[in-house]
Amino acid sequence: MTNLGEPLYSKQRTVRERTRGHYVFFVLVPLLALMFQVYVPLFIASLAYLELPLLVTLHTALTRRSPVLALSYGCAVGLLQDALSNLPLGMYGIVKTLVGFFAANISMRVDVENSLVRFLTSLTLYFFHQFFYWVLARALLGQQLDFDLASSILFAVLNAAVAVPLFQLLDKL
Amino acid sequence: MQFFLKRYRDLTVLMLVLAIQILLLAWQVRTGQDVRLIRVWAVASVMPLARIVEFVRANTIGVVREYSQLIDVRSKNAGLEKELGRLKLENQFLKSELATADRARALAAFQSRTQSRTIAARLIGSATGSNSRVVYLDRGAAAGVKKGMAVVTPDGIVGKIVAAFPSASQMMIITDPAFAAGVVSQRTRVHGTLKGQANANCLVEYIQNEDDIKDGDWFFTSGDDRIFPKGMPVGQVRMTRHGSIFRQIQLVPSGMRNGLEEVLIVLEGIHQDIPEGIPAAQELHMLPRPPAEPAADPVKMLDFSTTGSSLTTDADQVIERYRRIGAAQGHTFGSGPAPNFNIGMPEAPRAAPAKPAAPGAPPPTTPTQPPR
Repeated sequence: MTNLGEPLYSKQRTVRERTRGHYVFFVLVPLLALMFQVYVPLFIASLAYLELPLLVTLHTALTRRSPVLALSYGCAVGLLQDALSNLPLGMYGIVKTLVGFFAANISMRVDVENSLVRFLTSLTLYFFHQFFYWVLARALLGQQLDFDLASSILFAVLNAAVAVPLFQLLDKL
Repeated sequence: MQFFLKRYRDLTVLMLVLAIQILLLAWQVRTGQDVRLIRVWAVASVMPLARIVEFVRANTIGVVREYSQLIDVRSKNAGLEKELGRLKLENQFLKSELATADRARALAAFQSRTQSRTIAARLIGSATGSNSRVVYLDRGAAAGVKKGMAVVTPDGIVGKIVAAFPSASQMMIITDPAFAAGVVSQRTRVHGTLKGQANANCLVEYIQNEDDIKDGDWFFTSGDDRIFPKGMPVGQVRMTRHGSIFRQIQLVPSGMRNGLEEVLIVLEGIHQDIPEGIPAAQELHMLPRPPAEPAADPVKMLDFSTTGSSLTTDADQVIERYRRIGAAQGHTFGSGPAPNFNIGMPEAPRAAPAKPAAPGAPPPTTPTQPPR
């Protein structure tokens, strides 16, 4: 219901603020996530396994609930990540496209505001991300990479643990 | 068709995006070419942020450390402890400054020592992907850096440039699984191929089981790969054993034993001989410059009678003898036909020999060829 006492410009300001929020979401957040992945492991090597670009993609997919938007976002973040690596463009792009699509579909069927659901979704999709990347690297690039199941599960749990507070922080943006 | 696209719009877009990326990937793998534009954009958008953060970190970490240590000192109580903490802090800061200066000095010394033309660079970021060992350096194409250039430290090789962007460049570290370089054993001159294996050690491949390689042997670059100049230290053998066809050799790279913070990019490599001794570590002590001497005249330097030097070696005696033969015939060395070196001239008196000749020792031989 429209509040008649509310001035007209306040509605315009809300739209402007939301648009500004979109810029933050679509440009600044992934750039910061990528920069974190590029820069921080120089000083804390163990943080190299924190997949912030993936977590940012997951958050966008879970909150926006639009498969097309989510897969496009995942594709863009993945391609940027590829561009900063020495691998051919498309490896992370394909994997993150799929992750974004699946996460958006999950968000349309399950209440993803719940922290436990977010934790489990992040854990599952991180594991899928790593496994599918490994499959792609072997199948498309012919790389003989090892897939360490135990460490992958451990890193999936760690990433999911980081995802829950990170999503709450991103919710406020 | 329209109903189908509307009904399965999400799946259609997904398939389309995936198909485009797979085609892009296939094109890159098949042709070996790269979509450079996207990489340039990505680096140009992320690396300036990394530069800013690194600048802030480098300039504030000392202040933060000082502050945190001051709190610690305050908690311990009293003005004396506070003073002690401040002095400790200052000492630590100066030590870190000294270490940085030492590293820079070692780099500068190596730069002046090596014949190759190099440029110093600093690490500003690492590439994405947990399996790759690729980092970013703060020197790019604008500084003359090109893809394929070698990257070294005074202790040895550390990697090669795999992409050069205007303001930064991407370096593949020696431990990356995709890294390879031609190497040669210092002791037996056996050639092999160095490969990274995504951990601290490297492998040396394609060396026959029969070849003589032992633990502790040093390997140097062979120059076969045309990336690394010949004669740069690579590392020391940690373990070697017989394999099915080739010998299995694990090598500890020497270039990264003092960390990887400042490096040298080889802009123009000059091949050098493989040194015989063990490569020196990075820590080096340098004496101050000697006091300035008056300008030396090369002709006067040969005239031992005027310089007052004592003639102690056979070579000095021979040079002096030829000089006097030339003077007796009015000959200027370096012009005209050679003088007659067979005329008899009295030998110059030998100044205070260090040890008398042993009885029965053969007489000193007289050279038959003039000096060149």
